[in-house]
Amino acid sequence: MEYIITFLDKNGLVFAFLVTGLIMYFSEGISKNLTRGKIPGSAISIFMGLVLAYFAGLETLGKKGIADIPGFSGFEIMGGPMFRDFAIVSTAMGASFAIIKKTGPIGVLSLFLGVIISFAAGVIIAYAMGITDAESLTTIGAGACTFVVGPVTGTALGASSDIIAISIAAGVVKSILVTIGTPLIAPYIGLKTPQSAMIFGGLMGTTSGTAAGLAATDPKLVPYGAMTATFYTGLGCLMCPSVLYFLMRAIL
Amino acid sequence: MLLRGVALLAACFVAGQILGETLGRFLGIQANVGGVGFAMLFLILAQNELEKRGLFHLEMEEGVHFWSKMYIPIIVAMSSVQNVRVAFSNGLLALLAGIIPVIACLALMPILSKLAPKD
Repeated sequence: MEYIITFLDKNGLVFAFLVTGLIMYFSEGISKNLTRGKIPGSAISIFMGLVLAYFAGLETLGKKGIADIPGFSGFEIMGGPMFRDFAIVSTAMGASFAIIKKTGPIGVLSLFLGVIISFAAGVIIAYAMGITDAESLTTIGAGACTFVVGPVTGTALGASSDIIAISIAAGVVKSILVTIGTPLIAPYIGLKTPQSAMIFGGLMGTTSGTAAGLAATDPKLVPYGAMTATFYTGLGCLMCPSVLYFLMRAIL
Repeated sequence: MLLRGVALLAACFVAGQILGETLGRFLGIQANVGGVGFAMLFLILAQNELEKRGLFHLEMEEGVHFWSKMYIPIIVAMSSVQNVRVAFSNGLLALLAGIIPVIACLALMPILSKLAPKD
């Protein structure tokens, strides 16, 4: 038994291809037979991935979902940022530069609004739940942007580790919600054109959530949403520990 | 030819990500600023330029297309390595701070869409 697990870990990436293939095959079946194709197979696969990660986390108490299970370590490579970003960039082939250029200014506006509104909403919730110091409030507001902005801001401001943990958790909740929610809400918010995808990416920010959500909605929209979303974390890391923190200090 | 496409993609990826990292350093923050976005722009511009010169082969496109089709499987793998347990066990504050901002931003979507130029 042990030599098999060693073998699977050694050939982790290949085994991850196999398991992901099985997850997707299984999800296609669910999509066709149980939902009559109404919920796309890709959306079900992504959801299944999250469910597996949840149970793996309960079982191993690790941080890396299914990759913490012996034999499944290859998922860390396949699902890691290198392959993710490489694949996102590849979707740009055939995307229209003209549309990106034309929607650019609105995309930038949506980026700023996305960071400021997420931050403000996070701060208000934290304040309503009894947190009152500027550093903690700013850190949780930053966590409401993405799970990278939260810890970067918290570390810069010297927030306590439990507040940083909450800010990471808030960012992960956001990313998961956007992943699952995007295909469901897309028809109601007019998310069907490249322009709307660029605005959506700017407002939501979470690159992984936006890209996964758009992939399940309409793969053609992925490059446009990812294009703006990729600037969000940087903008958040720039604004939260500086302008927005000073603003919090001024208000309190 | 197939690998030339993959290599072109890799070149755009490396150039874009390094630009993003450098921009982050330059701005004094510990984050990559728009690396993926720059890489995507490079790929679009490179493709246009090569097509103009007649140097862009169909097989090169296939090398890139393979990766764009691998995109969803990679996202499935990505979701299965998320720390989902922590997201659901860190209490109400984390849940609300993750959910409410998304709803607030979604409410803006129709307004911004109206401002967007039509094609």
